[in-house]
This record gives sequence, C-alpha cells and structure tokens, in this order.
Amino acid sequence: MRIHLTGVFVDDQQKALRFYTETLGFRVKHNIPLGEHAWITVVSEEDPEGTELLLEPDGHPAVRPFLTALVEDGIPSASFAVDDIEAEHERLVAKGVRFVQPPTDLGSVICAVFDDSCGNLIQISEEKRQT
Amino acid sequence: MQANTCLRLHVDIYRAIADRTRRTILDELVDRSGQSLFELCARLIMKHGIHSSRQAISQHLDVLEAAGLIRTRREGRSKLHWFDGAPLKAIGERWPIPADEDTSHSTDEGIEK
Repeated sequence: MRIHLTGVFVDDQQKALRFYTETLGFRVKHNIPLGEHAWITVVSEEDPEGTELLLEPDGHPAVRPFLTALVEDGIPSASFAVDDIEAEHERLVAKGVRFVQPPTDLGSVICAVFDDSCGNLIQISEEKRQT
Repeated sequence: MQANTCLRLHVDIYRAIADRTRRTILDELVDRSGQSLFELCARLIMKHGIHSSRQAISQHLDVLEAAGLIRTRREGRSKLHWFDGAPLKAIGERWPIPADEDTSHSTDEGIEK
C-alpha cells in the first residue's frame, strides 16, 4: 500500500492553485473541471511521480469550523519536507507569505509554520543530518 | 466555557510557578515570544520530553494567564502567547535582595531533577 493522494481543504480553488504553484513552486498534475469545482492536484517538482496534493473545496459545513479551531491553536493541515528551511523561509517571506512560526530548532528537526491564505496553516520541516 | 471562568479567577503567581511544566512553558516563551499552542507543545515534547496532551498544556496556559504571567493576542486567525514578567516583581518587592548579597545561587531546577 502506498500514499498516493492527500489533500487540503481550500476556500477558493483557483486562488489555492496560484498559491501552491506560483508561490510554493509545486506543479499541476491534474486540473479536471467538475461543474462548479475542479479536481486539482499538485505534485513536487522534485518528485513529479510522488504523492499528489488535492486542493479540495471547503464547502462541507464541518470544514470551516474544524479549520478555524486548528488555525487558532497553530496546528498545520499538512507538512512538507525541505532541504534548507532557512532558505525556504527567506524565499517565502520575500513572496509575502505570513509565518506563524519561524524556523524553530526542535533537536532532530527544524520546523516552521505558515499561512497558505486559503484557510490552512502548513508546516515545512528540515530533518537535520546525523553528525 | 471553562477557560473563561478560569480567567476570571485570581490565580496567585506562587501557585502558577509551583509546577515544573508551567515553568518550562515560561522558559520557552522567553526563548521566543508569540507562540501558538502547537509550537509550545512541539517544543515541550522535542526539547524537554514533556508529553502532556494539548488540552493539559492549554489548561497550564490558562493558569499562567490568570496569574498574569502570560498574555495572549490574536495574530491573523491564530492565538499567540507572550511571557509577562511584571507580576514577578512583587516577589522581589516583598523579599528585597540586599545589593551586596551573593545572588549566584542556582535555581531549584537542579535539585528537583
């Protein structure tokens, strides 16, 4: 069994598509119109055959209260791996991304959390090399 | 709403700082101001091996806030926490330390370990 698809709920699919591609740098894998909404997935440029991230409409009434409560406590909806978290932090801040938590050294890993502007907090993490 | 009830109560600072986890929370907020509950919990687990639930940490934060030792502010849609040392001044005023006294004694943290 493999994890081939996971997702985040977004308040506006087109806005999310721009954020996840233009700002974060992911690549569109699928963009299939489905009436009012679309089946939109993105993948990492570094791993185009890897896990797809679904940008799912947040229309279900349970989603917004759920996300509001998570965001209030600073809990991210997804976590992405990066090689150089300081460089990513700098790059994203320059693009206007708002960080709730700057890169924080937690021992074996350095983590940061930013707002995806579509309803979610997203964590990025750099695993420290064992020395 | 339990949290709100708690905030209305007066919690004295001696009770607030009598707990090791709450002291560690203050240490981490001194290290970086303006943390979310998520960041604090991550720091407590990863740096201090404190595996308390988020609810438990949230209750500790309520006690510290009621004692005036932390303040909270909404930034965007997240609730962030700040250390406020002002109430600790009362301790120094109650038991003033003479200027020439050796103040290099360690805290109690080493004894408790």
